[in-house]
Amino acid sequence: MDDLLSSFYSLPVFDLKHDEKRILLNNALNQLNIHHYNNCKEYRNLINAMSFKLEVSDCQQQPYIVARLFKMLELKSISSDNIFKRLYSSGTSSENVSNIFLDGQSAKEQSKVLSKILQEFTGKQRLPMLLIDSPDIIKNKKSFSARGAGIKGLSFLGRDHTYALNSDMSINYKAIDDFLVKHSNQTILIFGFTFMIWKYLVQPLKEQGQSLNIANSILFHSGGWKKLQTQSVDNHTFKQFCYDILGNTRVHNFYGMVEQTGTVYVECEHGFLHTPVFSDILIRDIQTYRVLDNGEKGLIQLLSVLPRSYPGHSILTEDLGRIIGTDNCSCGRKGHYFHVYGRLPQSETRGCSDTYQ
Amino acid sequence: MTQTKVNNIQRLKKVFSQSLSISESQINDELEYNSIQQWDSTAHMALVAQLEAEFNIMLDIDDIIDMSSVGKCKEILKKYNVEL
Repeated sequence: MDDLLSSFYSLPVFDLKHDEKRILLNNALNQLNIHHYNNCKEYRNLINAMSFKLEVSDCQQQPYIVARLFKMLELKSISSDNIFKRLYSSGTSSENVSNIFLDGQSAKEQSKVLSKILQEFTGKQRLPMLLIDSPDIIKNKKSFSARGAGIKGLSFLGRDHTYALNSDMSINYKAIDDFLVKHSNQTILIFGFTFMIWKYLVQPLKEQGQSLNIANSILFHSGGWKKLQTQSVDNHTFKQFCYDILGNTRVHNFYGMVEQTGTVYVECEHGFLHTPVFSDILIRDIQTYRVLDNGEKGLIQLLSVLPRSYPGHSILTEDLGRIIGTDNCSCGRKGHYFHVYGRLPQSETRGCSDTYQ
Repeated sequence: MTQTKVNNIQRLKKVFSQSLSISESQINDELEYNSIQQWDSTAHMALVAQLEAEFNIMLDIDDIIDMSSVGKCKEILKKYNVEL
């Protein structure tokens, strides 16, 4: 099992054609099925109840579990003694939160895979990093915060971490100015949750007729569009505001779920989300769960070779998506590329991290 | 043991002690990331920043992720030509 993931580390992140990748992926997922079947009782019961096969010949036949199950059951393939970290997704008051159990090795591998994927966009160097949040978000160690976890998770990609907002979410002009002067001729890495960047940075600056005019920067943002959609802000508008306010910046949204932390899907220069070598996407019909063809809209299923301490390697999400194409995006990256249309309407309004706590 | 090495070990202990807010007596090669409350992911980034400033180096992302104990940290710093 230890070799399983390391064999993927040596592969190019976005250069493997889908037909080559699906064979490697399917083989790895078969091994993971057996691993989780042997180590997680609930998973075993589920596989038996559904009469799923553990070893299949193609990714499309891979057994899957619905994301909701992580809220209902404590699914883990490690003993309680080996729990290193628990991840929680934010939930609404009426819902339980997802519970993800990690051992030390899994936590490290999540970081490794995340950095491998994001480095494809930032390069190997750790860049000066501007975080669009308040420093308080990581101060309270006991209280749970998806935003804090996200910021910590990405911080090893940067250096000289500087928070752009004050505790009351007002803009910390002095911190930003000092930071930009100090790193005036370098590429700046900016990270924040989509809603936070919109509500507390670009929108207020726009209203005040101000801009930051950063010479060169890369902006990553994530966390869902739910709150922005209610304000009729789409990806295009968001980007346009970012260009106006930040200056010369490359804006990359990324999609992912707490149940598969590490394997994220980053938006390319042409606005499509891309599957890295470590993972893949399937689209299923909302009613029949039949696997749909490229171009058809349905429920997103995510496959990832990463989850080993919990059976999250094949999950049917509650998000709607559509695969746009395979191996032929104009950006040059191989594999599937896709769009996400948000959560299935009947599931309750819930963004991942778009809350101001 | 050379004088540089002795000094560097002392400097390393000081960095750990200051960035994790623990006493130098708690620091040994076996001390692991996340084994004590003080060495969490936030403190880890502070530790990295202080190590880089103290030894005038720039650590790779993978090395930051791999730095899972004091002993491992020493190993990594040696790659950056810090005599330890």
